[in-house]
Amino acid sequence: VSAIDENHLHADPGIDGHHPHHGLSAPPTHGSAASPLQRERARTIFQKGARGRRAFVCPALDVPSVDADELLPARFRRSAAARLPEVSEPEIVRHYVGISKRNFDLDSGFYPLGSCTMKHNPRLHERVAALPGHARLHPLQDDERAQGALELMFNLQQALAEIAGLAHVSLQPSAGSHGELAGVLLTRAYHEDRGETRRKVLTPDTAHGTNPATVTMAGLQVVKLATNADGGIDLDDLRAKADDDVACLMLTNPNTLGLFDPNITEIARIVHGVGATLYYDGANLNAVMGLSRPGDMGFDIVHFNLHKSFTQPHGGGGPGSGPIAVSDRVAPYLPVPVVVREDGPSGATPTFALDYDRPKSIGRLRGFHGNYGCFVRSYAYIRSLGADGLKDASEIAVLNANYLLARLREHPLPGGGTVADYLPLAYGQLCMHEFVLSGGPMRRELKIKTLDLAKRLLDYGFHPPTVYFPLLVDEALMVEPTETETIQTLDAFADAIAAILAEAAEDPEIALSAPYTTPVRRLDEVAAAKQPVIREQLAEPVG
Amino acid sequence: LSRYTAITPADLAAMLDAIGVDSVQEIFDRQIPEEVRLGRGLQLPDGQTEQDVFAHLSQLAARNTSVEDELSFLGAGMYDHYVPAIVDMLTERSEFLTPYTPYQPEISQGGLQVMFEYQTAISELTGLPASNASTYEGPSAVGAAAYMAKLHNGRSRIVVSAGLHPHTLQTLRTLAHGYGMEVVEVPLVGGPAGGATDLDAWARAIEDETSAAIFAQPNFYGVVEDAAALSAAARSDGDGGGGSVGGRSPVVICQADPIALGILASPGDCGVDVAVGEGQPLGNRLDFGGPSFGFFAAREEYLRRMPGRIAGETVDVDGRRGFVLTLQTREQHIRREKATSNICTAQALNALAGVVYLSWLGREGIVELGELLLARTHYARERLAALDGVHKLHDQPVVREFALRLDADVADVRRRCVASGVNPGVDVHALSGREIDRGVLLVAITERRSRADIDRLVDTLAAAVAATDRQPAGEAVAA
Repeated sequence: VSAIDENHLHADPGIDGHHPHHGLSAPPTHGSAASPLQRERARTIFQKGARGRRAFVCPALDVPSVDADELLPARFRRSAAARLPEVSEPEIVRHYVGISKRNFDLDSGFYPLGSCTMKHNPRLHERVAALPGHARLHPLQDDERAQGALELMFNLQQALAEIAGLAHVSLQPSAGSHGELAGVLLTRAYHEDRGETRRKVLTPDTAHGTNPATVTMAGLQVVKLATNADGGIDLDDLRAKADDDVACLMLTNPNTLGLFDPNITEIARIVHGVGATLYYDGANLNAVMGLSRPGDMGFDIVHFNLHKSFTQPHGGGGPGSGPIAVSDRVAPYLPVPVVVREDGPSGATPTFALDYDRPKSIGRLRGFHGNYGCFVRSYAYIRSLGADGLKDASEIAVLNANYLLARLREHPLPGGGTVADYLPLAYGQLCMHEFVLSGGPMRRELKIKTLDLAKRLLDYGFHPPTVYFPLLVDEALMVEPTETETIQTLDAFADAIAAILAEAAEDPEIALSAPYTTPVRRLDEVAAAKQPVIREQLAEPVG
Repeated sequence: LSRYTAITPADLAAMLDAIGVDSVQEIFDRQIPEEVRLGRGLQLPDGQTEQDVFAHLSQLAARNTSVEDELSFLGAGMYDHYVPAIVDMLTERSEFLTPYTPYQPEISQGGLQVMFEYQTAISELTGLPASNASTYEGPSAVGAAAYMAKLHNGRSRIVVSAGLHPHTLQTLRTLAHGYGMEVVEVPLVGGPAGGATDLDAWARAIEDETSAAIFAQPNFYGVVEDAAALSAAARSDGDGGGGSVGGRSPVVICQADPIALGILASPGDCGVDVAVGEGQPLGNRLDFGGPSFGFFAAREEYLRRMPGRIAGETVDVDGRRGFVLTLQTREQHIRREKATSNICTAQALNALAGVVYLSWLGREGIVELGELLLARTHYARERLAALDGVHKLHDQPVVREFALRLDADVADVRRRCVASGVNPGVDVHALSGREIDRGVLLVAITERRSRADIDRLVDTLAAAVAATDRQPAGEAVAA
């Protein structure tokens, strides 16, 4: 029995009347009519309620009434109220609880989305983040009356600095992409301060899309680096392209193939040799916490994804948090403010303050001090695990990934052979915290693509791995199990992959038409993009 | 067993056997060169039990003075509006809290529909038809809008009103350097009759190289700007708007307060091309400044150059209505260095809080709330400005925030008020560092501040100003 039976998505047979199909059965037939419940759930909040219905009761006017025009002249006022929903509180609750059940989520099942580090989100973090002293603290509260928050931020800075092996931290960036932008702007500031204008940033062809997009936004040019036969940076290509017009090399290590680049020291030597900086995309930090540090590898700038390595709930696509750590030579340019500790006379309790007095700073990247609510959660995580726990987390993340890889490699199929015959590892033998399989042989021999495999996995109750990334792997399937999964879950996932391949050998149509059991089936994305409908068409005209 | 993992010694033995290694160490040794292995433990505190971590985080929280611990009139970008219980209840649901970006739409219809509803609500508030599913937060959303303007018309200058939030101005300057753009600041009209953007200076500043023209509504000092006049002046060549590439007009961008938009003429109706802003007032916690969300809405013609995720409606193979992430060819994971932005995720959970809050307020409620804020803010401003040594910075209409000029040192006055349990607002000079802001106190009123609360502020501020040296230079005066 697969995890499907435990999944709440499928716990409601009224949704569409489909039933999961496993093994070698023929593709299920399916009706085209939606059940009443299905129709109900596709309606938006704007299609519910009635004129004059409401949830909000406004506090009474307790100050003298003043002529409306005196308060705000008519020419500044709206001509008609915004057509917001008109619904009761129970309607709101039923509506959103109802549509929530059309989401798959990490608390319900395995979510091996490569590069996203979908590890368990401890509920302790939600509890402490909701304490009024944290959640209801205004960002412009005076430093002396926000000492707990500033101490927390300072401690988090210190911890991240130790984990990165780089002494100086800014917590300000709002997400990994924002941290990257900070990093490239820091690189520019560093070179410009030395009187140099360097225009090029090297990015490997395995890089996350945010890397090249960031380079363009920061006004620099992307130069692509080739990948060698082992999945690392092609050193000859690097040597050929490293010149004094290169500002930076942006690297993920382990990279998006899940491989630690064994030439990292030489890469750093080449990059530093031409006076450029080395940037570490921290998306894959979960592989090396307490085991190997970017600073020790030679990186100058690191961004963290607190929502990945330090387990923020991903929120359905945000919020995140993307602090950066940098080396001494880049430190003067860090965004403001930075939290500093001020030690009083000996014996006195240290105090903490926001430091804006950094004349070479690139300035601000956003309002206030960063995503503090995320800092609280990640700090709680670091304090829970401690030095040994963080190392254990990375070790088990790598163990789990290698175990799943081995299980898939050896998993026999009914018609002979193993999973690896159809889904071989793209590069290497072992992996770090994630691995990338190629669905090329599967497509050629079983006539199903990686996309079809992913869609069929939905029927088995699993969130699929990342698909079609990195781009240089044919039909890529990028699997990151994380350290918080059990061996039973990993086994069940391997069994599901094998079952889908076995099905496809019998009848590829099963996967080609999947999924069958989800709230909706394959959606027409082309039509959505051709004539975009991006808001509810409200029946009633404005006014 | 370490926290949150589940590998028993028996599991470990079976797993190592399957992998074909003798130890976990061997997996690392075979992949990471020795010279970059750490070889020592991290210098971090030892791990703690759940109850000890809870105690530690509680102790830190107790050293913060939250808006529950004093009577607070702090605002300047984030506001202590009441967050209804259903927001907590819905955002804490596993189904919304723990998934990631809806890459697999068949099992993400809940999140995608929330984005679609959110986009609808933001379009209604802003009067602009194309909303994304949210960006990081307010000031960086203004930066993202300026970048979109650069992609749209390729010009190099950003004209900004000095009425933008200081953090917005600072963020824009940081980003403009990366964009290869220059920021030109237009002052506010001075004096009691002033407080709004100087319309003549604004019109003069806008010329052929102006890519974007940006103002705030209401502005940083709380003043309601004449958005229609600012938009029209930015288009003095009469090309009809839309920031068309053929015309000379820049892209007109408004950083708006979403609560104030419940009663103010919508940016779309005022001729604005892009409305962006800080979403925190819509059902989000203060959280010492984040996470919150930035909203981003524009005219239709900008749709394919917008940053961030966008949810769109479609049908599945059975003809059922559904939602997907759409127009992804704008985005970094497809377009890479040619993407319209580097932004990857939205602020989906915070945007959920926003749309639940807006549904809770509802069509009539957001107007009622706005009217209540207008009345209480007016009351507070008139009473405070009647105090000895306290003056309105200007006379213009305001919605829920206003600026006062004190004859006494603001930092000293604030210290006295705070000692009495009242946080009277923001010391603007301390926030902006600008000389022009010396002596200015910015006071925010939300529906959580009753008339009695305002009266207490009046009494407290009166006493504090009376007790404070009228000469900030520090001369002694008789009490």
